[in-house]
Amino acid sequence: MIDFSPQPVQLLSLDGERMPRPDFDQWVDDLDGPALLALYRDMVVVRRIDTEATALQRQGELGLWPPLLGQEASQVGSARALRSDDFVFPSYRENAVAYCRGVKLTDIVKVWRGNAQSGWDPYTVNMATPAIIIGAQTLHATGWALGAQRDDVDSVAITYFGDGATSEGDVNEAMVFAASFQAPVVFFCQNNHWAISEPVGVQAHRNIADRAPGFGIPSLRIDGNDVIAVLAATRIALDRARTGNGPTFIEAVTYRMGPHTTADDPTRYRDPAELAEWKTRDPLLRLHRLLSALGEITPEVEAATQAIADAAAAELRAGCIGMPDPEPLSVFDHVYATPHASLERQRTDYAGYLTSFGSVEQNSKA
Amino acid sequence: MTTLMTPATVSTVPGLTAPAPTPLSETKTLTMGKAINEGLRQAMLDDPKVVLLGEDIGALGGVFRVTSDLLAQFGARRVIDTPLAESAIIGTAVGLAYRGYRPVCEIQFDGFIFPGFDQIVSQVAKFHYRTQGAVRMPITIRVPFGGGIGAAEHHSESPEAYFTHTSGLRVIAVSNPQDAYSLIRQAIASDDPVLYFEPKRRYHVKGEVVPELGAAMEKAVVVRPGTDVTLLTYGALVSTARDAALAAFDEGISIEVIDLRSLSPVDYAAVEASVRKTGRLVVTHEAAQSGGLGGELIATITERCFSYLESAPVRVTGFDVPYPPAKLENHHLPDLDRILDGVDRVMGRR
Repeated sequence: MIDFSPQPVQLLSLDGERMPRPDFDQWVDDLDGPALLALYRDMVVVRRIDTEATALQRQGELGLWPPLLGQEASQVGSARALRSDDFVFPSYRENAVAYCRGVKLTDIVKVWRGNAQSGWDPYTVNMATPAIIIGAQTLHATGWALGAQRDDVDSVAITYFGDGATSEGDVNEAMVFAASFQAPVVFFCQNNHWAISEPVGVQAHRNIADRAPGFGIPSLRIDGNDVIAVLAATRIALDRARTGNGPTFIEAVTYRMGPHTTADDPTRYRDPAELAEWKTRDPLLRLHRLLSALGEITPEVEAATQAIADAAAAELRAGCIGMPDPEPLSVFDHVYATPHASLERQRTDYAGYLTSFGSVEQNSKA
Repeated sequence: MTTLMTPATVSTVPGLTAPAPTPLSETKTLTMGKAINEGLRQAMLDDPKVVLLGEDIGALGGVFRVTSDLLAQFGARRVIDTPLAESAIIGTAVGLAYRGYRPVCEIQFDGFIFPGFDQIVSQVAKFHYRTQGAVRMPITIRVPFGGGIGAAEHHSESPEAYFTHTSGLRVIAVSNPQDAYSLIRQAIASDDPVLYFEPKRRYHVKGEVVPELGAAMEKAVVVRPGTDVTLLTYGALVSTARDAALAAFDEGISIEVIDLRSLSPVDYAAVEASVRKTGRLVVTHEAAQSGGLGGELIATITERCFSYLESAPVRVTGFDVPYPPAKLENHHLPDLDRILDGVDRVMGRR
């Protein structure tokens, strides 16, 4: 394939060297050693959480888990650019974004344990819960942004989706609407190169970032494994949205180092050499190199960071295993905001049915 | 920024200005289309969070003129002429609802709702359940539906059963100007999503409209009392059913006509009361028979009123065909004679 658009913007080389780039540097000139270390800590923690969740699935405690291994910089860098009043509309893989928004660890896995269809109240952290229909959430973000526009506030919606989603009609319709109304929304595409088993070339014959200008939306193509570039690009996009300049599209070029989900087997469709190549571009590795050069990483800092990550993993495990099963009759709860006669009848009938075997509570373990 | 690929500038849609009409304040004779228009106007005056989205709903006032003059009165921030994308009309309404708005979407014609089907079924209907009540979807989706206007393909369909089959939605079908006015206001005020079906061949029928909310939208209404047969219907066929009842009365059959109004939930208490009295049930709708609402209504009534039934219930419906060309639609649509034929069957006269 011919590479028509610019090489991804990179501010941090694979060797951990800070690469000067004036048009982006001004957006990250506040990143001193401690700030970089904080980003690193986030990335270590979310990778540890991800590993623990995969283990919990293998041990039968989660039904499924969508690993984000390799996408830590894309998610942490963009999430840490947000204000608390911005609103996130994610897909199902943005578990690092959820962590950065302050979602409780147990709540992150609630959906994957099968205890609820949403792990948290979206309004408590200004982040919607995982959207499983591919690309549907991009329209929700655009609609939310139209609301923010009508409320005359400078809050911004950001929506996350993958390279596969860019083939969906909803994502394209979202870009049409966002452009037409100059909605304050950021389209954050993590091009992780794989939509389950389909390589990105099946979705796009050119770089994905090239599409947005055709909709009237400026786009940025960045190295998604470079947390500094991701942070800078997201800040640029958010600033455009806040100042009435409408939507921006970001293509974060990254790589899904693990399977699509724990049910997937990438060895059936992926060349191991490709994975090996991407391991050299690991987002944590290069930031670690920069921090080492800056003298921010010492053995003590390293140990403390690991302790934080292990504590998070332990908290996740305990919360997951200790999560109570939902009550049987809660299957009927919240279908409607106000009672619906036919459903109420079904609830009453089923409660009676359960009671015929004993109490409802006794049946809750069945 | 050298790396920012910038597009050409887009123009903004100008708003029109005109003196604001006063809302309906006294009983007036209105067409059904105008009654919905007045209901929308009142809902927008009542709640600044009510916004309208749809194709051609602005300057044109919609292809059926149901949103006439609302752009002039409320401006382009609240009356939004959207790009032509039904999934996005519904999907952005979801986002607006997320932010506390009460969107009213217009789907231009029944057959155009399917590009928006996924957002309705997978998102609008499920969000409240998914989020355990944290996120409400007070979205009204207005759909002109049904045939009888000699239209091209995709302009005459009756897709209501897809939505009554979908948990999380409420489904309304109106039949007269008063209900059209009252129920659009109730639908918009509802904290649940509502599919609001407007029988397009009755848009120009006139009737008295009192500016009141009237009976709750979940309630069925007996539009003509009777003792021999319960005739259930909704939407455009309510007036056909009433005509059938008049004709049958001349032949000595007393038909009780019930306008369901709400298709989800169905007011089964009202239907059961009627069937216990008459012992006979006919259901008529324009939609195809198989998997249609008629089957569900009859199954439920048979379960609950079996010992009261004098004969097997009867369905008089559209055929199990794609909506036919205009020159054939009169064969497809239940009319007075086919309804009377159904009544004869349930009476054991045929």
